[in-house]
Amino acid sequence: MNKVINLTPGYNGKLIIVEGCDGSGKSTQLYLLKRWLEQQHYPVFFTEWNSSELVKKSTKKAKKSNLLTPTTFSLIHASDFADRYEKYILPHLRAGYLVLADRYVYTAFARDIARGCDPEWVRNVYGFAQRPDIAFYFKAPLEVSVSRILSGRAELKYHEAGMDLGLSNDPVESFKLFQGIIKQQYDDMTGPECFVTMDATLSIEEQQQQMREIVNQRLLREFHPPAYGKYLSCGIQGE
Amino acid sequence: MDRQLEFYGQGLPYLGGNKYPGKLVVVEGADCSGRSWQVNSLRNWLEEEGHAVLDTGLRRSNLVGGAIQEAKNGNTLGKTTFSLLYATDFADQLENKILPALAAGFVVLSDRYIFTLMARDIVRGASRDWLRKLYGFAPVPDIIFYLQVEPQVLLYRAFEKYGTLDYWESGMDICLSSDMFESFQIYQSLLARQFDQMAEEFGFNVLDGEESPETIQEKIRRDIERFFNGVNINERRSTINVCG
Repeated sequence: MNKVINLTPGYNGKLIIVEGCDGSGKSTQLYLLKRWLEQQHYPVFFTEWNSSELVKKSTKKAKKSNLLTPTTFSLIHASDFADRYEKYILPHLRAGYLVLADRYVYTAFARDIARGCDPEWVRNVYGFAQRPDIAFYFKAPLEVSVSRILSGRAELKYHEAGMDLGLSNDPVESFKLFQGIIKQQYDDMTGPECFVTMDATLSIEEQQQQMREIVNQRLLREFHPPAYGKYLSCGIQGE
Repeated sequence: MDRQLEFYGQGLPYLGGNKYPGKLVVVEGADCSGRSWQVNSLRNWLEEEGHAVLDTGLRRSNLVGGAIQEAKNGNTLGKTTFSLLYATDFADQLENKILPALAAGFVVLSDRYIFTLMARDIVRGASRDWLRKLYGFAPVPDIIFYLQVEPQVLLYRAFEKYGTLDYWESGMDICLSSDMFESFQIYQSLLARQFDQMAEEFGFNVLDGEESPETIQEKIRRDIERFFNGVNINERRSTINVCG
């Protein structure tokens, strides 16, 4: 199993990512972390999964007409990620930013493997991506995350529910089974990929407190961004 | 013939044990190497012989074709993104066109294959090992023809065909030279070197693309005939073995 490669020396920036099942609360936590870092005038860049303008159109179209096979599904998301990576993530890391990513390559590993792609093949596809400095995994019992999504949503989308896996004809049932497979993938990656596991059943405040402490101890003590950037407000992508 | 496909890598694990009685014939070569002429002529002959033929290649699929064109126009994509978009496009063609045709017993004639994609990416700095693994889902063709043409001859033919040099075929995006003419020569030489290396590694049937099209076509047909007959002999043998 090839793991994600280490940050090439010479890049001053740091990469913090969050992973977890839908409904685990990871986006809320990353948002709060971002606010906290910004208030301290750190140069922060935020990015999220599936947000590249270039590939968005094709992904939407293809998903709508269910044209995708597991391999094309995987590759089209990899293209999207690569576009964001080459345009935003890597340049910001090189420039010395704190890059915050809502989902990273592990989302692709979990989903693509669940869809039947070869695990080693998927890891190779994303072999160009730098290893995060901290990867938070928001772990919640399946019932918790699933009920959070189902209670806030009128209808599940086809791929979101994992309907293409043929697990069940009922979208809700399919979603539960799909999320179960994804969760298992995350649990299996936790050790090898050095995830920091967060208890996603704790209160929002408690989780954020822990997250800030970890970031402070592991990154910020050693992180001395140039002072000249702090007078500019930097709202670029995903704001 | 109940044949399972062989792949360069892990293949497509979710396909299961599907059978693909068709045959996959690939014609590789640079732009202006005469591929299309050869493929057309080959198609006519194969159909005359009673084979059902699917004529395919690295054409743009519906899936990401628009994104590729848009990006080419603006020249705003990173090299890894480009690689992956082309890989997506190829996978789409493979799974939605090539594999169904092979399953239905067609002879699939592919005008270019993963080798063109890999050569282009390697010249742009992609890792050879990464690309080999990336295209591990591609089936190993039954036979691969490579039309070898000197860059100097390609240059001559490019002017004959288009009257001008193409930005991408000259590799202008990788800044080899600000002079397009010089860039074309360097770029095509770099590609040719990659093809020559792959010819050995992947067992290409190398053809002298500077010979007359008719002579080349004769050689291709002879090789295909020999190959098809060979396959038939093996089939008969395995039948005998089963009976005995």
